[in-house]
Amino acid sequence: MADLSGKYLVGVYDDDDTVLHAVPRLRKAGVKIKEVYSPFPIHGLDEALGHPRTRIGIAAFMFGVTGCITALTLMIWTMGIDWPMIIGGKDPISIPNYIPITFELTVLFTAFGMVITFFISNGLGPGTHFHPRFDVRSTDNKFVMAIDLGRNSMSEEEISRALKDSGAEEVNIKQF
Amino acid sequence: MASAHSIPSIEERFEFTSGAKRNLLIGGGVGLALVALGAYLAATGGGHEAAAHGAEHAANAIGHATAEHAASGHEAAAAAEGHHAKSWVARIWANLWVNGVYFAGISVIGMFFISYNYLAQAGWSAVFKRVPEALPAFLPFTGIVLLVTFFFGGHDLFHWTHEGLYEVGGSEYDKIIAGKRGYLNTPFFVGRLVLYFALWYGLWRVIRNLSLQEDEIGGTEFYEKSIRFGTAFLVVFGVTSSTSAWDFIMSIDTHWFSTMFGWYTLASWHVAGLAVITLTVVMLRERGYLRAVNASHLRDLGKFIFAFSIFWTYVWFAQFLLIYYANLPEETIYYLERFRGYGGFYKAPFFITLFLNFFFPFLVLMTRDSKFTHSILKVACWSVIIGHYMDFYTNIMPGTVGAGAELGALEWGFFLIFLCAFAYSIASQLEKANLIPRNHPMLEESLHHDIA
Repeated sequence: MADLSGKYLVGVYDDDDTVLHAVPRLRKAGVKIKEVYSPFPIHGLDEALGHPRTRIGIAAFMFGVTGCITALTLMIWTMGIDWPMIIGGKDPISIPNYIPITFELTVLFTAFGMVITFFISNGLGPGTHFHPRFDVRSTDNKFVMAIDLGRNSMSEEEISRALKDSGAEEVNIKQF
Repeated sequence: MASAHSIPSIEERFEFTSGAKRNLLIGGGVGLALVALGAYLAATGGGHEAAAHGAEHAANAIGHATAEHAASGHEAAAAAEGHHAKSWVARIWANLWVNGVYFAGISVIGMFFISYNYLAQAGWSAVFKRVPEALPAFLPFTGIVLLVTFFFGGHDLFHWTHEGLYEVGGSEYDKIIAGKRGYLNTPFFVGRLVLYFALWYGLWRVIRNLSLQEDEIGGTEFYEKSIRFGTAFLVVFGVTSSTSAWDFIMSIDTHWFSTMFGWYTLASWHVAGLAVITLTVVMLRERGYLRAVNASHLRDLGKFIFAFSIFWTYVWFAQFLLIYYANLPEETIYYLERFRGYGGFYKAPFFITLFLNFFFPFLVLMTRDSKFTHSILKVACWSVIIGHYMDFYTNIMPGTVGAGAELGALEWGFFLIFLCAFAYSIASQLEKANLIPRNHPMLEESLHHDIA
């Protein structure tokens, strides 16, 4: 059996509705789809592709809690314990004064944490090199479906035929 | 996650069953019984205790207050000496006022919701539009309650109605309040009160009629007109939401003022109104109606409550922090009264408010799934509805009944009466038309609402 790693079949569709209906059909036939690229978001596509739900919300909450605790600890320690300071006639530890900064750090940690998590989990950002371009027209007027042959048990011909049947106007082979 | 592929029928009539009517009447009856019990307890037992508290507070007030506030100290002392009977009657007026203001606000938020949805030409909300549309029908009732309460109890509730405050050189003369007379005088106040309700209710009637006609005739003409009237309402409400907040609530603590107060009250009304809308939608769905409302609509409503409970907290805190930080006596007295005044009675409601309106909905509605789970939405909505009642309670009670306040049978009885009356009003409005506005131009978009 030939080495199929890095070899992709790329189906190009002309219509968002066609691709949306093609996805469940192909999956039913046993084709494992890597990803569908589209110039705009298509409602229901994520569900159809069966992608697991993103867990970035959980990460965001954790980052937020971290930011909140960091801010409060920092202020309570520096302003209230290590070197108590009276500002504006308030107690050294006066929580209401700390709320704006706590809020800011919570938001800051959440925002940065989410961006970094997103970059890492998607293999983006500096130092990453594999950015396959299956078909540049997916940023313009075509809907592009990528199928990793190395991860499919079906043969190239079978998948190619299934893609054509599901409405793809062309099927190309890409090797990375 | 419900997919938008199969859409249930849009022809459905709500039936206000006799069982539901009976339950609401029983609820109102229980409320009435609680009020009677509370009034009896207050008139027989609570009075002395309250007077004692009053005296205590008067001493405190004189001790702590600046020269400017000595006047209110005098007043409390006078109350403690002379008007023993006043406290529990005043408590009834204050309760009517709290509930009147709160439910008037929720009612008008129905109109507010429809109006900004029209102005934004929002499509998603069309399918449950009848629910916010049903709320303002309660406005005349609350308006009359407020008017009657003001006529009979205004003297007890509003310090600025006392004539002596304006007699130059008199023993009660108060320069600051006298300076506000151009705005705070009885004819102008009553005129404004009537004007608010006339404008809110009148514009609602116009929009409601357009909506009902649209149901029968169809076409986009009614929609276009509704946008114009909705926009007009928003302009009106932009001003009147603030001025009514000053009149109904802020003027009770006549010396005190906050430039955040209009926003703060609007935020409070708004999130409570959203909670009522969501709760009504959920309850209708549980009874088999509004099947066309899908998980995406519910999630958006949940987000609305989530976002606006944060907004309320933001405004609440912005008002608090500035006053706390600046530490000016004429401003901090407002919070001192709530933290320490009257034997610390208001401290508990004050912090319970913060919990019910912020921490609880914030944590409970944070996850995605909770926003379309009926049971969680219901708990969050009730938390917000009761929390904002307590919010108005802590805003109005200290300045009106002060030490005579309780959170007992009288308070919950009145709240229950208003709640049942409000539910009755909503249900009878829902019954009047098809539950889904069948000819709304945005209906198709709304039925397919999908935020994945």
